[in-house]
Amino acid sequence: MTELAPAPAVEAALRPPRSQWRDVWDQFRSHRGALFGLLVFGSIVMFSVVGPYLWTVDPKFIAIRSRDLGMSWAHPFGTDQLGRDIFARMMAGGRVSLAVGLTAMALSILLGTLIGVTAGFFRRLDGLLMRLTDLFLALPLLPLLLVMVMLFRESLARQFGPETGIFLLIVVAIGVTSWMQTARIVRGEVLALKEREFVLAARSIGTPPRRMILRHILPNVLSPIMVSATLGIATAIITESALSFLGLGFPPDFPTWGRLLFDGVDYLQQFPERVIWPGVYISLTVLSVNFIGDGLRDALDPRIRGR
Amino acid sequence: MAEAARQPLVAVRGLKMYFPITAGLLRRRVGDVKAVDDVSFDIRAGETLGLVGESGCGKSTCGRAILRLYDITAGSIRIDGDEIARMGQTALRRLRPKMQMVFQDPQASLNPRMTVAGIIGEPLAEHTPMTQAERLERIYGLMDAVGLNRNFANRYPHEFSGGQRQRIGIARALALNPKFIVCDEPIAALDVSIQAQVVNLLEELQARFGLTYLFISHDLSMVRHIATRVAVMYLGRIVEIADRDALYSAPLHPYTQALLSAVPEPDPDYEGQRRRIILTGDVPSPARPPEGCRFSTRCPTVLDICRRVAPELSTRGGDRAVACHLHPATAQQTAGRTGGPMAAVWEPAGQIQQGEHR
Repeated sequence: MTELAPAPAVEAALRPPRSQWRDVWDQFRSHRGALFGLLVFGSIVMFSVVGPYLWTVDPKFIAIRSRDLGMSWAHPFGTDQLGRDIFARMMAGGRVSLAVGLTAMALSILLGTLIGVTAGFFRRLDGLLMRLTDLFLALPLLPLLLVMVMLFRESLARQFGPETGIFLLIVVAIGVTSWMQTARIVRGEVLALKEREFVLAARSIGTPPRRMILRHILPNVLSPIMVSATLGIATAIITESALSFLGLGFPPDFPTWGRLLFDGVDYLQQFPERVIWPGVYISLTVLSVNFIGDGLRDALDPRIRGR
Repeated sequence: MAEAARQPLVAVRGLKMYFPITAGLLRRRVGDVKAVDDVSFDIRAGETLGLVGESGCGKSTCGRAILRLYDITAGSIRIDGDEIARMGQTALRRLRPKMQMVFQDPQASLNPRMTVAGIIGEPLAEHTPMTQAERLERIYGLMDAVGLNRNFANRYPHEFSGGQRQRIGIARALALNPKFIVCDEPIAALDVSIQAQVVNLLEELQARFGLTYLFISHDLSMVRHIATRVAVMYLGRIVEIADRDALYSAPLHPYTQALLSAVPEPDPDYEGQRRRIILTGDVPSPARPPEGCRFSTRCPTVLDICRRVAPELSTRGGDRAVACHLHPATAQQTAGRTGGPMAAVWEPAGQIQQGEHR
């Protein structure tokens, strides 16, 4: 990077500016942790999405005679107290948990970034939006979630069918109750960025606020957003399991990782693996997403890229 | 000023920029920081007006206010015939290509996540319907004009030295063929050796594209080199404005005299004769400027009237205007041979307070 361009480089560089995403991918590949995370996360996703087509055991099939079995070739993770195959339930649960985690995270990041950037950039809206954020932070979340679920479960289930309805409800419930931290962090960053001279320079060029945000503000607040996003997935999965545990999430026979975890807690002493499996999967997901986020953050920062 | 033969490109009248001070739970407005308080001047097409003064006297605020980067408190700004003081930002956007700015800190004024091509191309993307290829051609042209290697188009600002970064900033300012550029201390953050390069580049570009500069600086030697006229600011007001040679050879206002007396003299023979005027005390707060003349608290030749009545900036023949009760009553008090060639180092006037070494 530092050597002065010799003759052949002249040819290379006079081509039009090359796509930034190539550089990003090159840098991402050089981050070993991120590659490892991508690999682990990829295999977890494959396990949940493709797995059920290969392991065609019905996760809801109850075989009461073969209950509480240990690990075997017929049931790799054993069976639960009703004789349901835990391996199949892990796959089915993974689909739901990953979907809930990713969607709820996306929603909360979207809300948090939108509110944070708006509050930081437009001074007039700052007070209003930040008081709204404080309001949400002050609400006791679990009771709020319970009320939301109580109020909307029936109507949503009728509208979209029981499973999609509950899915939407849970995603929205988690999303709208977890954006506040992101909003605060983003607002702080935007306030600091807004005073930087390059934003002033953009204004002297006549860049309208919309493009100013997209071109100058958002790329520079990417790091904190990325960090809260990776942490948000974990929180979303855990919150979903808490809701399921309280009987207000998905129906009891509908497997999710959180549900499996809480079901296993009763049998912790006899069959600790029933807690360990979902626990390990949740932890691995969170960890790998964290590593991916870390690698992405580095790859998207030109100051780190190429080092 | 008014009887100038040429039409002024920029005419500023009664410009005021107050920043509110709020206090208490309800954020009530308890006062104003009067960063720029009733400033008027003209800049003729093709000339360079140097704006000098010590740190915190409102130079940069003045420059930014003229480009309407702030919503000004009062006054009139006329650039190339358009009155922009009260214009909305949307209407102003159309006029932005005419007026551009070069910033003080080239590190901070370039978005660290954009390539050089992206930074220089941003004004083109905003204001011209150019295609990608045309824009790239123009970007390469601009990079040539400011002396940047075309190979650097894909690089990011952090990969450059300070001088190169400032060239990127200048290329961006030039992209839309502006008529008027505010240079806000463009050399303050650079090494002395690089300062000369950048100033020479600015002069060269001025000659080539017929630019008009407002050159804000606290480097008196550099201003002497580049400016055709010089305005001296103190605490939000212009205290003296004159042609460069007139101002440097015979400063009228006591503050100008004090400023110029602090410029070191490279010739040791003359340096021995240099008489420094040491100002005592601190610059008063712009939130509560002193009554009467703003310089009255530190002026070595203060009169009674100075503490009561604020002097108006009034013409003293030709292109010269001074805001001081001493003039024209007592005139022509020269502060020694001042100013030097470009390489001379100037210490900011804020540091020349207190102490009596003569």
